This record gives sequence, structure tokens and C-alpha cells, in this order.
Amino acid sequence: MKKIIESIAVPVISVVIALLISALIILAIGKNPIEAYGKLIHGAFGSQQAIIDTLIKTTPLILTGLAVGFGFRAGVFNIGAEGQMAMGALMAAVFASNFGGLPPAVAIPLTMLIGMLAGAGWAAIAGFLKAKTGAHEVVTTIMLNWTTTYIASFVITGPLATGSGTPKSPEISTSAQLPILMRVGAMELSAGIIISIVAAIFMYVFLSKTTTGYEIKAVGFNPYAAEYGGISVAKNIVLAMAISGALAGLAGVTELMGVHHRFLGELSGGKGFDGISIALIGQNNPIGIIFAALLIGALRTGSNEMQFMGVSKYIVIIVQAIVIFLVAADRIVKAIYARKKVKA
Amino acid sequence: MDDLKKDFKQERHEDYAVELIEITKKFPGVLANDRVTVKIKKGEVHAIVGENGAGKSTLMNQLYGLYRPDSGEIRIFGQKKVFNGPRDAIKAGIGMVHQHFMLVDTLTVAENVVLGNEPVKGLNFDLKKARQEVRELSEKYGLYVDVDAKIEDIPVGMQQRVEIIKTLYRGASIIILDEPTAVLTPQEVEELFVIMRNLQKSGKTLLFISHKLNEVMEISDRITVMRGGKVTGELITKDTNEREIARAMVGRDVVLKLDKAPHKPKEVVFEVKDLWVKDNRHLDAVRGVSLQVRKGEVVGIAGVAGNGQSELVEAITGLRKVEKGEIIFEGKNVTNKHPRILREMGMTHIAEDRLKHALIKPFPAYYNVVLGRHYKRPFANGAFLNHKEIKRYTTELMEEFDVRPRIIEHLGGNFSGGNQQKLVVGREIKAGPKFMVVAQPTRGLDVGAIEFIHRQILKMREQDLGILLISMELEEIFSLSDRILVMYEGQIMGEVKPEETTIEEVGLMMAGKRLEEIRGGRNEENN
Repeated sequence: MKKIIESIAVPVISVVIALLISALIILAIGKNPIEAYGKLIHGAFGSQQAIIDTLIKTTPLILTGLAVGFGFRAGVFNIGAEGQMAMGALMAAVFASNFGGLPPAVAIPLTMLIGMLAGAGWAAIAGFLKAKTGAHEVVTTIMLNWTTTYIASFVITGPLATGSGTPKSPEISTSAQLPILMRVGAMELSAGIIISIVAAIFMYVFLSKTTTGYEIKAVGFNPYAAEYGGISVAKNIVLAMAISGALAGLAGVTELMGVHHRFLGELSGGKGFDGISIALIGQNNPIGIIFAALLIGALRTGSNEMQFMGVSKYIVIIVQAIVIFLVAADRIVKAIYARKKVKA
Repeated sequence: MDDLKKDFKQERHEDYAVELIEITKKFPGVLANDRVTVKIKKGEVHAIVGENGAGKSTLMNQLYGLYRPDSGEIRIFGQKKVFNGPRDAIKAGIGMVHQHFMLVDTLTVAENVVLGNEPVKGLNFDLKKARQEVRELSEKYGLYVDVDAKIEDIPVGMQQRVEIIKTLYRGASIIILDEPTAVLTPQEVEELFVIMRNLQKSGKTLLFISHKLNEVMEISDRITVMRGGKVTGELITKDTNEREIARAMVGRDVVLKLDKAPHKPKEVVFEVKDLWVKDNRHLDAVRGVSLQVRKGEVVGIAGVAGNGQSELVEAITGLRKVEKGEIIFEGKNVTNKHPRILREMGMTHIAEDRLKHALIKPFPAYYNVVLGRHYKRPFANGAFLNHKEIKRYTTELMEEFDVRPRIIEHLGGNFSGGNQQKLVVGREIKAGPKFMVVAQPTRGLDVGAIEFIHRQILKMREQDLGILLISMELEEIFSLSDRILVMYEGQIMGEVKPEETTIEEVGLMMAGKRLEEIRGGRNEENN
């Protein structure tokens, strides 16, 4: 119990400090920080529409956060969630525009599976290179990110191009689109949010209850001891990258099936990289990642309303950056936390 | 009565350099120091001995300001002190030489000594003055060092002298030496003792933390023995003996010499034929080793560290590629097989480096204890871990092998060295092996734990297991082995039986002489 409180303490205190520092910045530009934060919160949670918007933004962030967090738990730094996400969406888009004849009960899981396999396969390339040649995954996944970017822009301007104007793929079949849970105005909340929470539960169960989860953690903590204990390090690195990639692919495919219904090339918009910050803030814990994603999603959504009162929406980027800085340098926060406890 | 005692103690504050009075320090789940009182006289060498986990290091870390006691009092030269950090302790005249040196490898000796208190000329670092001051200190106390050598280029013994000079440079009059001999060769230990006597002569007070009884007997004036966080003995060295210290350490009589029952070995269980293995630099480390181990037999491999023993062990256990040759286990060729296959077949391995190979530090004890068998019944049901059974088994193992603290959730890295080793030894024995590779099983352990582990090894021998023992400790090799092989530069120099050989003969083989040369030469002399 004490451990849980302590692990929550660092991110929570970090957020508080970040908000305080950003408040000073808002003061410095001559605005009222309390009012600004009020608008921010109102923009993110103040109406049904705002809440739905926040949840829509949160969905892919949970999944990319899980993707990167899972990698960290296995001792690999998957910086390529961005590319795996796009690859998942792209491959699913290629097939899912022809799924009109299938009932949703088949088309939806099938499309998801294609997206996850594409993400997994793409990440597994980096895993395989690390296991066989020692090539570092940070380098190879970044290279794969660029590879994806060029493949994606080729595909939607060439073979898959449809209509005129911005490059886009044809719309996926209606039967492959995720059901809508709630609709307010133009906002549609799809079942993607449920999928992302199920994925978090899956990650939790997998890591803490299964033998494969045990092996992946063992390899992450100490590959020498893992090999000594009869656990194949090479196999588990590939597997860990593949699962991480599958989660990123799922992020891409839920965006495709639940939000855009088309592949738009640059669909991810940096969500893969946001996954890194979210995994850090969530301390690589699936539940923590859900809340971290919600935080980032809410900041992004609420910032628009804040901007109407003349406070740049980039303030939330400052908040996010300070949070990441403090979580990464958790000793600073732990020292503050420890001092508080002594006084209390 | 209590008051009277207190008064009596207060009268003599001036006699003591250090007084630790009723020190209590708790960690989550562990009472590391339980009202510990230790008084160290000015100018003496005071040994603090105890098993791993007895609370010695915790006590010293409080004296050095790294931890704050929960309760109790620290007095230095009679004055009450509260240390908020090592800086305060250093100011009070305390210096500490840690077990793991705190030196910057790429800086020179002189630079390391003055680091943090650099002499300056204007705004610049005054290297000339630093070199001169370090040289003066080293000459004054007979601590030979090369002031301009880089730390990475000098031997461990000299690095330790640099650490000692560092404490002197900061004006220490009380020097804590935390297990200083653990990393030294026998010759270097002798040199250290000469230095310690010099320091004592010039009025320094020394605290010597150790669990090597012969060293304590040789160098100390008085001894404080600790066990389970408490002081269990205060002895005057010249009036005591090793047996008495050992009893205070472990709370019972310790058999310092093992009785090895005669045991008839059975058929060959394990065999290596003309094995060639490369090291990390791709040089031949094992060059044509052949050996056999029979059931119910301990085969010991002696040798100076770095003569291919580690590579041999790794190749046998599937952790390193075999370039040439064969490994045969229970009649099957298992060359270059994965550790999991070897474990399935009944080969287990106590690795020489427990922190690198044998233990996953962030895993709780109950995960560490099933490593290697985590995927099998009863610890797993299909794809899922059976936590209930894993925890039950861990409790049983910790009881059986006396692992302390007996907390199954305790993280692997948080146990003391001896208890980590007990976890590993317990795991590898209870896996029910037919053949076991045992490398450096007692490195860094105290007498109690060493005795315990030696008994376990002999017990397995009596149960007809084949055991290959690799050790740098000749005493260990001699007292456990049925046959001794000596390894030098990747080759076996000869095979002898412990009762038919001498330490000198094995020593000559360790230095690269073949048995035939030694015995041949001796026969000529006899003729």
C-alpha cells in the first residue's frame, strides 16, 4: 500500500509543481492563472461535448502509452510507436475498404487484428535486429518511423489515392467501423476508449500473472540472469517489441476505425511520441498510463478554450514538459515528498 | 542501578575517540541496529565483526553520516554529535574507506585525493600543490602511491591506499575501513596491515570491519562482535581466540574444519572433451580442457582468477559458445545447448557472480526463487503463474536455508550478500539436480554462511550428485574436493587428490608448472 502511494506521489506532485510554475508564466504575461486554469478545466470537462472530445483524444494516447510502457518494462525503448501506429492503420485501411460483405462481428475484430499484426511485425524488425546483431532499437525504430512516413505518403498519393484535395485512402467499409457509444453534435465517441482500457487490463494481467510476462520482465531487469535461468533473451526481446508494436498498431487502427474512417497519411500527429511521455508519467503502470493519457488528452482539449482568453495554448506544452522533466528526474520530487513526510 | 551505570560511563568520555551509545536503526521490516553500544578507544585498532546482515555496515554508515539513527547518541572525542551527512562526519574527523572504492577512474591519484577540496591558485586548480601535498602524505604514513598514475592503470591495492590518503587529506583522525581485505591478494593484505600499524603509531584510531577471523586476530586490539543487529561480544584480542569470536558471531559453535565422510563415487555423469572457448575479446580462454565428473564426487578446479575458469563454467552451462570440443551430460551430447535444455535435463548452476547471473535484483525473493522453473508445474498452471504455490515454496525454502530477513516480498537486491547467496544455493539445490556446477560459492561470505554452504555441497555429494566446484579459495578446494584439477591459461596443469598433494604443489601448478614437471623434478632430486 505504501508503495502504491509513493509511486502515485511522484507524478501527482510533478503535475502540481508544473501547474504552479506555468501559473507564474501566465502571471508574467499579465493574465490571471486561476482564470486560465478554470477555462482549461472547463474546456476539457465543462460540457458533455468537452468530455467526449477529451476521451476521443485520450483513446490513442492510452494505447501508445501502453506500447512504450510495455517496452520499458521489457527493457527496450520503443521510440517507434509513431511508425507502428501508422503502419497498423495503413495495412488495416488497405484491407478494410473491402470488408463490406462481412458482418461487423467479423469485420471489426479482423480489421483490428490486421492493424495489430502490422504494428507487431513492424516493431519485430527492430527487435530481431537487436537480438541478432545488437543494433540498438532506438536507432532502428527511428529509421523505421521514416520508412513508414515515406511508404504512407506513397500509398495514399499513389495506389490507394482517392478523391481530390488532401491525399486520403477510400473510406473503410461501414461494417469495419467501430460502434459509436455517444454522439453530441459533431462529436462521436467510439468504442475505441473501451478497447484501450481493455488493452491496459490485458497488459496488467499479462505482466503480473503469466509466465511469459515473468520472462519478459526478467529479461528487462537483468538479461544475464534471465539467460542463466533458461529464458531466451533473443526470443523475449523480439516478443516484447512485437507486443509493444501490436499495442501501437492498435492505436492506429482504432483511430482509423473509430475517428477518421480513412487513412490520412500523417494521421498520428505525434501521438506515438506522446506515448513516451505518457509511459513516463504513468510510471509504466497500465493504470497509471490510463490516467496519464487522460491528463495529456484533457490538457490538449482544454487548451483551446484557454486560448480564447488570450493565453497561448502552448502553455499546456510547458506543463507537459515540466511534468516529464520532474518524473524523469524523480529524485527531486522524492526529496520534496520525503521532506514533507518528515515534517508531518 | 541504571543511573549508576550511566554515571560510570560518563566519567570516561575522554578516553574514547568514538562512542556509539544505544544506537537503534530500523528499516522497513528489519531492525538493523538494536540499541547498539560500541566504544572505541583513542589510538586503537578496533575490529567490528559479524555475519553478513548483522548490522555492521548500517552502524558504520550512521557513524559516517550516511544514515541518521532512529535513536541513540554519537560522541566523537567525548562531544555529542549529530551528523546530517558525510560532510559533518568528515568535519568531525572521520574518514571512511568503502568496500567499493569511490574513485574517478580517468583522473590521476593526486587529482582524486584532492577532489572536492582542491588547492587553488587564483581561480585555477593548483595541480603542483596537489601533487606535492599528496606526495607528502604518502611519505609520512608509508603509503606508497604514484601520484601521477591514472586510477584505471593502478592495481586494487594501490587504489585502496589512495582512498586512505584521501581520508588523511581531509584531516581524518578516525578511519573506518569497511571490509578492506575483501578485494586484496594475500600479499596486499600484508601491506595493508603494515600501513594500518603505521597509522596507529601516528595516533590515528582505526575501525576495521571484517568477517575474516584470522585477520581480525592479527591486526586488532579490541573486537566488537555483532549478530542480528545487536552486540553479542566485546573481546580483547590478545585474550581471545578465533573459536570464541566465531561463537559470538553465529551464536553456536562453528566447525572450522569440515569432516568429509568417505564416499564412493559411481558412474560418470558429466564429461568434457577437448573444450575450446573464447573470451569476450575473442581470444582463446579455454584451450583443450577435458574432465570427467562422477556421481557422488566433488571435482574441484583450482587456479588464479582469470585463467579461463569463468569461460569454462559459462560454456558448460550454456551461457557461452563452445568453439570446439564436446560436452556430454548423462550420455548425451549437450554442446552449445540452451541453458533451459540443460536445466530440464538436471544441470543446475551456482554462478560466480550472483548479482550478474544468479539474481534479479528488482524481483522479490519469491520470483527469484523460481527462476529457471517458473514455467513448470507446480509454479505455473499453463500460461499463468501459480502465485500461491510460488509463495508457499519460497517460505519453505527461506526457512530451510535460513534466509534472513524471512520476508518473501523482500527484493533480491535488498538482501545482504550472504542471504542472497543462500537464496541462490537453495534454489539450485532444491531444483533437484543430477549435476551441479558450483562457482565461487562462498565469495564474500562470512564463516557461518560458508560453513552452511559447504555442508550443503557435501550433503549433495552423499546423495550421489556430481559436483564441479570452481574456486579461487584453495582452502575450500582442499576441504571439499575428491579430486583437484588446476587450471592455468586455459589448460589443465594436472590432477591430484587432496590427501596426496600439498598446497605448494597445487600452488606451483597454479603458477603454470605441469604436474609431471613438478613430480618429475622431485623424483630426480630424490634420486
